[in-house]
Amino acid sequence: MNTVNDRSRDIGPFVPMDDDDMLICRCEEITKGEIRRAVHDGMWTLTEIRRYLRTGMGLCQGQTCSRLVKGIVARELGVSPAELEPATSRVPMRPIEMRVFANEMTEDKEADAV
Amino acid sequence: MKKTAEVVIIGGGIIGCATAYYLAKLGREVIVLEGSDHIGNGGSSRNGGGVRQSGRDVRELPLVMYGIKNLWPTLSEELEVDCEYHQDGNLRLGKTEKHREILTRLADNARGVGLDVRMIDGDEVRRINPYLSDEVICASWCPTDGHANPLTTTLGYYKMARRMGVTFITGEKVVSLGIIKGHVRKVVTENNVYEGENVLVAAGLDSREILTSVGIDIPMTNSLLECLVTEAQPHMFDQMLGTAEADFYGHQTKHGSFVFGGSSGLERYNKDNGMVSNSSKTAPCICRGIMKYFPDLADAKIVRTWAGWMDASSDGVPSIGAVDELPGLYVACAFNGHGFGIAPAVGHQLAQLITTGSTEISLHELRYDRYKAKI
Repeated sequence: MNTVNDRSRDIGPFVPMDDDDMLICRCEEITKGEIRRAVHDGMWTLTEIRRYLRTGMGLCQGQTCSRLVKGIVARELGVSPAELEPATSRVPMRPIEMRVFANEMTEDKEADAV
Repeated sequence: MKKTAEVVIIGGGIIGCATAYYLAKLGREVIVLEGSDHIGNGGSSRNGGGVRQSGRDVRELPLVMYGIKNLWPTLSEELEVDCEYHQDGNLRLGKTEKHREILTRLADNARGVGLDVRMIDGDEVRRINPYLSDEVICASWCPTDGHANPLTTTLGYYKMARRMGVTFITGEKVVSLGIIKGHVRKVVTENNVYEGENVLVAAGLDSREILTSVGIDIPMTNSLLECLVTEAQPHMFDQMLGTAEADFYGHQTKHGSFVFGGSSGLERYNKDNGMVSNSSKTAPCICRGIMKYFPDLADAKIVRTWAGWMDASSDGVPSIGAVDELPGLYVACAFNGHGFGIAPAVGHQLAQLITTGSTEISLHELRYDRYKAKI
């Protein structure tokens, strides 16, 4: 779903808040203030926020913080959270050791040797 | 919404964002149109982060060498973002005599144009990187190569260009170009029509179709490339790594995770369902490749994998520069999976070209019309 989005639209100035030091993404230790500031730097999609700040890129892959991040970004942009598409979930579902992941062909001799 | 500018750039990847930034620094008025919903959504966010000179075709070496000398060292300060640039050398590893031949030839060619790159034996390789297995018998070593973070670098260019007044519009897919009195000026999207005195097409693989609308055809196709990232590990090494066999490449990031890219060999024949998606075969294949070189990483956990399209040209190097027969039109595409490290230099030189009509580094070898039939 592509929507024309003019990144020069005025979203108002960045106004510091009392709880800007609150940790939102615990895995990567990203605060509410950092997320809000990134929006004012032009990161207007959850994918851009994630790539810019690493929110949701840690061990839990965003399973804890993605809804919180979405709410913060939506409020900063003045849009409904429903308008923001979540960042893409990636394989694997849970972290897997390389030696296990490497074994996708168990009947293969080469894989057995690994 | 702004619809006219001195320069309209098609493609909000690192090439488009960097060119927009350097044009803004030169005082130009710029609009960047990105087809997807996100800035830097193609190869710019999906590559392995190499900032490499060694292993490149000599035709693109002068550009990348210019960027590594003049632009990369100060990029983090300039963009006010941590590009995580490391200049700790590149090891291109070999395991067989055939690999040694390939690497020696590449190194000889690169030295011919003034790059400091030399062949070293297995023991010297392990002195530089003690984690490498005994299977490695040689490597080419280029001490001025390195790596950086493609995500923060691309978005850093975007942030600064936007701050300097460049208009960025995402979700604006270009369908064709239009010629007015012999000049390419019109850019038609699915929703709007934009106009610029100059138009740069830097839309990766989509560039081919866009250019076709004004009769320019650059022979290129898509090839899937896949990457994976581990959980954070204790610090091990700072070099960028590649292999003669091209079975994997990668580095350890500032965060501690390892980012590795690679291929299964089946990329050109993957099912194209219109999505950039991982194949079930590739990431395990990359893991097997890595473990042969780095047995210590066998217990590192993979947390994420992703895929991206490479825009591959028939001769492996990009097309960059002005289109002579169509004044006002410029191209920068077909970076063949190694566009990240060269991007600052490309953006810098294109901004010069569009503003002054000439460049510090010759782009002649990378002309869009160099492709000839075999007989």
